Amino acid sequence: MNVLTEGLAEALRLLVTLDRDVINITLRTIQVSGTATLVSVLIGIPIGTVLALSRFFGRGFTVSMVNFGMGLPPVVVGLATWLCLTRYGPLGFFGILYSPTAMIIAQTIIATPIVAGFSLAAIQSVNPKLRLQILALGATRLQYLFLLLWEARLGILAAVIAGFGGVISEVGASMMVGGNVRGYTRVLTTATVLEVSKGKFELATALSIILLLLTFCIVAGLSYLQQRRKQP
Amino acid sequence: MAMKKALVVAVMLIGSAVIAAAPAQASGSQEPKTKDLILSTTTSTVDSGLLDVLIPIFEKKTGYRVKTISVGTGQALAMGAKGEADVLLTHAPAAEKKLVDSGAVINYQLVMHNDFVITGPVDDPAGIKGKSSAEAFKAIAAKGSVFVSRGDDSGTHKKELSIWKNAEIRPAGAKWYQESGQGMGATLLMASEKQGYTLTDRATYLAQKANISQEILSEGDKGLLNIYHVMEVNAERFPKVNAAGSKAFVEFMVAPQTQKIIGDFGKDKFGQSLFFPDAGKQM
Repeated sequence: MNVLTEGLAEALRLLVTLDRDVINITLRTIQVSGTATLVSVLIGIPIGTVLALSRFFGRGFTVSMVNFGMGLPPVVVGLATWLCLTRYGPLGFFGILYSPTAMIIAQTIIATPIVAGFSLAAIQSVNPKLRLQILALGATRLQYLFLLLWEARLGILAAVIAGFGGVISEVGASMMVGGNVRGYTRVLTTATVLEVSKGKFELATALSIILLLLTFCIVAGLSYLQQRRKQP
Repeated sequence: MAMKKALVVAVMLIGSAVIAAAPAQASGSQEPKTKDLILSTTTSTVDSGLLDVLIPIFEKKTGYRVKTISVGTGQALAMGAKGEADVLLTHAPAAEKKLVDSGAVINYQLVMHNDFVITGPVDDPAGIKGKSSAEAFKAIAAKGSVFVSRGDDSGTHKKELSIWKNAEIRPAGAKWYQESGQGMGATLLMASEKQGYTLTDRATYLAQKANISQEILSEGDKGLLNIYHVMEVNAERFPKVNAAGSKAFVEFMVAPQTQKIIGDFGKDKFGQSLFFPDAGKQM
């Protein structure tokens, strides 16, 4: 497996020499997927919280929609976003197709149901007696919410990790709405696809290794947050 | 009850903040709209590395930012027909002609050519070596050897279909006829793995050559010319088209300096030109 070892060597070389293109692509990957994860956390956790704590007409249906959304195929999201953002499409007046913003939108659509679904499960699995106890101790509504989320923090960080993992590894939607424009919307996954079709397997392998390293570092950081001072 | 309301309000606030932030960020992080130029083109110009050389020169010279969208010629032309791209660089003259006639594109200019070749495994089980394209396809069909087709409505795919038509064979549905639905580079890899035949442009073949065990078995046939044209999408019909930018790009592609770069491209790496400049000639 010549290609693998040479890919590893190439990855090391690119990282050590701080290859400008690769650094650029890596930073853009972090920027796009990081922003998308952040936005999906801001939307997804409140949705999960509301669904976990309230009872309203149509709640069951909404929960199934969220769970269904957790498995949304990225390529379908990409196509739908592309169709909406094309010049003469319904949202064409924004003029943001083939830009990082368009990629962030598509990735947010992919990650939000994942974050919401995992948060919902995390909050629901907090012992109901604890909720009563918090209220009985005279907590205000905000304190109550905060304590509840704190109790569910392991599951909620898992939600963030899953959301991030979903978007950083995704290629179909990014390719479609980003267009893989060099120096602008090229991220690690789309660059890998391109290098394979150029026949540059060593570079493609190197980019994959960098993607794995990046994902590992970020997930490891989140896992550390999740596991430190873990109480039984 | 009040808590629920507070929650709902919080969610709505965050939601609307995000919605408000999205376009704001778009206008903030983007340069003026007219600076962006969407070039819709075929995979071979990107996969061969030619546009990586040409685009930076154009951008530096004119200040436009080119968004190169590399797709099959079929999709590139479809984007042009809907006004979703500003300028097209494609290689399917028959299909392009329809767009010119319909008025969707203007300033239709010949840029360059190279040629298609039929490649296959070194031992050539169907014995096509040296045959003309139609004869070669007939031999492949008669032997039932694997043929990997692009199957993606690209310029190469259109060319391949026209050769099957010349050979009076309808391969669709045959067991030996496999459609990859992918770009040229990936299709060559598939053909190599399956020890099959395929039709490819010479530039992509040369770029992939080191990774595959495929040889050029049929070439030089007049029907195998691969001709590239550049054209502006008609801004009168589609007002959102960047008319000045697309005009500048067409002019750049046919300018003598650019034509020289096209002719020299690949000589250092492959010892031969990948594309032959043609601007101003009659094809």
